[in-house]
Amino acid sequence: MTAMIPIQVTVNGRARALVVATHHTLLDVLRDDLGLTGTKECCLVGECGACTVMLDGRVVDSCLVLAVEADRAQVTTVEGLAHDGHLSPLQQAFLDKGAAQCGFCIPGQLMAAHALLAENPHPTIPEILEGLAGNLCRCAGYQQISEAVLAAAEAADR
Amino acid sequence: MSANGIGASPARVGGIGRVTGSQLYVADIRLQDVLHVKLVTLDCARARIVSIDTSAAEQVPGVRLVMTAAELPQPVPRFGPQFSDRPVLAVGETKYHGEPVAAVAAETKDAAEEAARLVWVEYEELPAIFSIAAALDPASPLVQDPAIRPNDPLAGTNVLREHRFGWGDVDAVAASADLVVENTYTFPMVTHFAIEPHGFMAAPDGDGIAVWSTIQHPNWLQKIIATILGLPLAKVRVFAPDPGGGFGGKQHAKLEPLVAFMALETGRPCRLILTLDETFQAVRRSSTEVRVRAGFRSDGRLVFRDIEANYLVGAYADIADRTVSKGGYASSGPYRVPAVRIVARSILSHTTPSTAFRGFGNPQPIWAVESNMDEAARALGIDPLEIRLRNLARRGEAFNPSDTPADGDWEQTVRRAAELIGWGSPLPPGRGRGIAVGMKSGPTTGLSYSTVRLLVDGSVIVYAGTSDMGQGARTVFAQIAAQELGAPIEWITVVMGDTAVVPYDQQTSASRSTVLMGNAVLAACRDVQAKLRAMAARLHGVDEAQVVVQRGVVRLPGRDLPILDILKPGLGRLGGELIGNGEMRKDAEPDHPLGGSAAFYEFNCTAVEAEVDEGTGDITLLRHVTVSDVGKALNPLQARGQDEGAAIQGLGHTLMEHYIYDEKGRIRNLGAIDYRIPTSMDLPLELHSEIVENGDGPGPYGSKGMSEGSLLCVAPAVAAAVRDATGVVIRDLPLTPERVWRALQERPTP
Repeated sequence: MTAMIPIQVTVNGRARALVVATHHTLLDVLRDDLGLTGTKECCLVGECGACTVMLDGRVVDSCLVLAVEADRAQVTTVEGLAHDGHLSPLQQAFLDKGAAQCGFCIPGQLMAAHALLAENPHPTIPEILEGLAGNLCRCAGYQQISEAVLAAAEAADR
Repeated sequence: MSANGIGASPARVGGIGRVTGSQLYVADIRLQDVLHVKLVTLDCARARIVSIDTSAAEQVPGVRLVMTAAELPQPVPRFGPQFSDRPVLAVGETKYHGEPVAAVAAETKDAAEEAARLVWVEYEELPAIFSIAAALDPASPLVQDPAIRPNDPLAGTNVLREHRFGWGDVDAVAASADLVVENTYTFPMVTHFAIEPHGFMAAPDGDGIAVWSTIQHPNWLQKIIATILGLPLAKVRVFAPDPGGGFGGKQHAKLEPLVAFMALETGRPCRLILTLDETFQAVRRSSTEVRVRAGFRSDGRLVFRDIEANYLVGAYADIADRTVSKGGYASSGPYRVPAVRIVARSILSHTTPSTAFRGFGNPQPIWAVESNMDEAARALGIDPLEIRLRNLARRGEAFNPSDTPADGDWEQTVRRAAELIGWGSPLPPGRGRGIAVGMKSGPTTGLSYSTVRLLVDGSVIVYAGTSDMGQGARTVFAQIAAQELGAPIEWITVVMGDTAVVPYDQQTSASRSTVLMGNAVLAACRDVQAKLRAMAARLHGVDEAQVVVQRGVVRLPGRDLPILDILKPGLGRLGGELIGNGEMRKDAEPDHPLGGSAAFYEFNCTAVEAEVDEGTGDITLLRHVTVSDVGKALNPLQARGQDEGAAIQGLGHTLMEHYIYDEKGRIRNLGAIDYRIPTSMDLPLELHSEIVENGDGPGPYGSKGMSEGSLLCVAPAVAAAVRDATGVVIRDLPLTPERVWRALQERPTP
């Protein structure tokens, strides 16, 4: 029998009480239990970054975090970036710079970029490329993605 | 140029969904009462299935079905785009590592996974072949049972098809060559690695079936499912949400027939989302050995090219043989070559079925032929840029006598790339430059329909059966409608991905959609314009011939009116809409070697500057310039994204990507940890893309297709730069640090 454990987790500012299987990951719970499918599933070994979310202010691969580890934590997913129907400056910059092609990696890219800018509000392009090195994009839109992050950082200064 | 229309770069249609997470890909769609499917596979490539015991699996709570070949119609149906050779489940024998022998459907993913592990398959491992040499050895086993290839003279061999192309008499002219250069070049097995793994769902739908797939060709899938289930097309509804990257890997049906049978058997929706590792086992590009023997005059002009290209395809053909014929056919390149002899073979093996992959069989021979040209240039003491310019076909030249003449000013593209890289300027020691060209035939046939509805308020709905997998087709079609009907782009909806709603489109491949579907959308808009003209003539009592509709404006004799001033009164009190239909057809040409001539060519020139770490063999790309002839960029921002993305994807097979098989035919570097693709840290220090726009394409407003060009010749350009920097010639990809380092160690001391 699968062991089930109750957890409380705040996702995008909303407190949620859940009973989760002990072997299920935060990614499983976000997508399957909470229906937050913006966070994507790809490699499941923490290499591709498609499942990147913020956990208590840290950027993590949600496929490598057990759901029970998120008990009493604050989680931010891509669905939590826009406020009151307005895109965040980062999201807007991704649109403006053509950074989203097929789009499948973009939620993870956005969360990694969000974390990067929180830590380093004025990154250089090499710092952006390094900061996003854990997020694969097979459309290989890295150049437009890094330009978008730079533009978002500059927009925040204005 | 308007803010929305042609030549502008409005925000991607569908972009907001992509940056907010609300875009629904197949795996994001939740069907009520769904059963989760898990595949059962064996731990080797080729095995005789002795027995399958499903009893333990069936005991797992929540399991509703364990499907084996025995539960399928007999003989087990086979399917495929070119040959009907792939069984729904392995029959008697597995042919490659990862081929499903059974599948479990259960109430939860956990139960399906547990039960799949408990399906007990007794099997006997059999000798298998994983290389071209082994496949061609008469002592080797046959990959395919000759019985599934009736009336095929090659059925008793592992050669699926042998294609011969060419013109002139190579043997007769060979003696007139001042230099003959002959070498063999190899290209590795690589995989598409779309970040979205493949996913499939099926559900009974009244007296038919509904199928959801990450497919690029929904109409082709509809036909496969209808045939295999014996249903009329109208009873097979395929939903094809925008794929999360396709690159060719998602063109054709893979596991949809299996999931469809399971849905019908259980009477419930069934859902199979592959893992990335399973996706690695589902699709790859053909590895290739290309022998090039080429003759040159002392001034560098080509005398002949004699090319033998052996492509190692997988256990089932999928569309791989078409990549072999198209890639082989074009392998003499965009050059003036008096005599050409090409033989291209698709060779079966016990490996993952190879399929279309960006470049469609062309990057492999381009790697060989362009590298061979550099070897000739060195032997003749001619500059690599100069030798290319001396041979390049000029606009309108019938460089391939049986095909479309050169459709662009290709020299302009090459000269621009050379200028951007600073060709000929001095370099510091230890650095080198390389330049190469790539050319690929566009689609040889095509059929696209579009419907455009101009609604009473002036907003527009465009129906197009293209799959928008990142190339931005939605945006381009919306721009065409904005340009022709005057609606702001925010007032235009583009509907795709539902065969019950959207008119037929042959496929999304070969960089065709801007040209073929684009022309269909344009024709549908023009059909709406014709109805507006008739409406205006009726309302204003003028002759229809005196009315012109242009960019949202109706021009009557003496005055211009916005479209709405005609549309609203013209439609009258009941409202309604104007519906336009468009069709774009490129018919087959039965006498053509490929069954049809190129709709256009994708032409690219890539030039790089590189430095090699002599201690590690690591290559640093200091500059990477890619210039593509696109005819006309309908959306320059998206065109740049496609060009840069294809260039970087090309760096994958050039520098790092390759499958490693073990002695059992298992892919050892399965998954994201051991199979590396370019990351943001692998970008060239400077990447510069440019487009050449002469408005000389067959698509709307002079456009050509453009999503593959800048991948085509990355490898030969980089290898040439490595040679220039270090003096070593490497003829095998990828140029891993280890391979480069070994070559450096073997370099003769001067």
